[in-house]
Amino acid sequence: MVHPRPDINASVLLLRDGLASLLQHLRDDGYLVVGPTVRDGAIVHDQLRGIEDLPVGVGDEQAPGRYRLRRRADQALFGYAVGPQSHKREFFPPSIRLFQLRRGAGGPVLTPEPPIDRKLALIGVRSCELQAIAVQDRVFVGGHHVDADYASRRRGVFVVAVNCGEPSGTCFCASMGTGPRASGGFDLALTELLSGGPHRFVVEVGSAAGADLLARVEHAPASEADHAAASAVTAAATANMGRHMDTRDIKSLFYANQEHPRWAQVAERCLGCTNCTLVCPTCFCSTTVDTTDLAGATATRERRWDSCFTLDHSYVHGGSVRPSLRARYRQWLTHKLASWIDQYGTSGCVGCGRCITWCPVGIDITEEAAALRADVPVA
Amino acid sequence: MTTPIPLFDPMVPAFARISRVDRELPDVFTWHLAAPSGAGFSFAPGQFNMLYAFGAGEVPISISGDPNRPEELVHTIRAVGAVTRAMQGLRKGDTIGVRGPFGSAWPLAEARDQDLLFVAGGLGVAPLRPAILHALAARSLYRRVIVLAGFRSPADFIFRKELERWRSRFDVTVEVTVDRADTSFRGTVAVVPALIAEVELDPAATVALLCGPEVMMRFAVRELERRGVPHERIHVSMERSMKCGVGFCGHCQYGPTFVCKDGPVYRFDRIERLFYVREI
Repeated sequence: MVHPRPDINASVLLLRDGLASLLQHLRDDGYLVVGPTVRDGAIVHDQLRGIEDLPVGVGDEQAPGRYRLRRRADQALFGYAVGPQSHKREFFPPSIRLFQLRRGAGGPVLTPEPPIDRKLALIGVRSCELQAIAVQDRVFVGGHHVDADYASRRRGVFVVAVNCGEPSGTCFCASMGTGPRASGGFDLALTELLSGGPHRFVVEVGSAAGADLLARVEHAPASEADHAAASAVTAAATANMGRHMDTRDIKSLFYANQEHPRWAQVAERCLGCTNCTLVCPTCFCSTTVDTTDLAGATATRERRWDSCFTLDHSYVHGGSVRPSLRARYRQWLTHKLASWIDQYGTSGCVGCGRCITWCPVGIDITEEAAALRADVPVA
Repeated sequence: MTTPIPLFDPMVPAFARISRVDRELPDVFTWHLAAPSGAGFSFAPGQFNMLYAFGAGEVPISISGDPNRPEELVHTIRAVGAVTRAMQGLRKGDTIGVRGPFGSAWPLAEARDQDLLFVAGGLGVAPLRPAILHALAARSLYRRVIVLAGFRSPADFIFRKELERWRSRFDVTVEVTVDRADTSFRGTVAVVPALIAEVELDPAATVALLCGPEVMMRFAVRELERRGVPHERIHVSMERSMKCGVGFCGHCQYGPTFVCKDGPVYRFDRIERLFYVREI
């Protein structure tokens, strides 16, 4: 059945069945459809067979060092904030093989890794996640050198974004200017409407591929009331942000406070566990791991996620450059909120709040940044 | 998004054969690598390569060879960790993975018609060697050429014969010192900055190139300041952990810079803010 093909930047209305059909079309087109689903008491990203795999009627509660799922009173499909996993694992996986070698008569014979050939569709991507992907694009494909593996995973991804309605207690995208409404980087963007009519979605079309897909799915024009309801959803999210980051002159704030006593105080609490860097959707540090078979005839080189909280991260012969946790915490937060701006022209923080939620001792980066600022005289 | 398609994978090495190994010290050796297929290794003095030993791992090593002889690639390596110790076990005919060259270079073009002051500490003489060789080969491009090098003891000289050869020229000043020595050594016993204090300098026309341990460079900078050499005329080569060499792995961050692409050679005034911060 052919439905009118909406224009790019237009919005239409989709019912729950329409969304189910949309996912089915993506699967029929050969896409690996990945989105949020419940596993082990958390919302994770995994392959979706249909909308029934989404966290139907599930919400979450997040606070520093705390994450709990809860049952919602409704059947919302996207009624929660971001879980521990970001989409960075799709493009920058925790571990990849870089190459394999075997000893040949004329020297080592290298087997390069084949480029990733897959069609990936991401469902339920939040605005902060889209911004985080854009941040990592600058790291891996935006500079002089291009990361071949990242580039091959990133190519041709179909993105169905979701505008946030209920931020968590650790969210602060509004103050980072990265949400809650998706501003680009998607093929389709959904706003879930749970009241004032049937369970429905206002769908914004972000690309020709998005428009083509919608033309194969039953949809209706979105009414003025639907548009207003969708705007109210993100407006409420903005008003309900759990936290706030004051970003005024944040770069000079950090550069001027490299020896602030707060660094020693936060180091007293920090366990150096690396959780914050692993859940962060923009952290990009990696290390390499070399292995051989027992005979030493073949060798493998892998790239794995690394963290600036480990002693190994800054190790040069003789010792680590940053032996103290004070220095390692300072490196992480200064990079994230300040030097990232010099390096890539954007903040390294998208305000997703994961590092606060998943810190086992509940260190809150908005609080740490505010503590530095508290000592700065008001101009 | 239109993702650029890379022409090559910067993480995959090419392999080169060791054509000669020079033993410099019990734990320091110099490799001469033959360019595969005669392609030649073009590089700028000050740059480094990522060198990979089969199954053992990869390390960033400065290029210590002659930029006018691109047919061979020369690296001088100290065996200090698992990878470099494995490298010390390799012999002529063995192959080594090479990625590069990466990083910034000594400002030799900007230093034309100026005095060139090289200040080396220990193995720091290796990354300076290509620049020194260039300056000596193109001697007329520069005014005075001064090489100040410090080593731990008389047993730790690196490139000793070459330093002696340079010192025998009439158009180069070479001063060498050791931190400590027994009474049989009749040369200078002092730290490198002490040589800076005594050398004849035209501070407004000097370009100083420093490479060595950070603590040595710190004192050398202080001495150069005392002699009136402006910070923008001082260049230092920094060292940090590196896993990729191309700005992906995050390990070599030095403040807002990446040593692998913004360094290793920095104009001092641009990193002065970082240079004295501990554990940065």
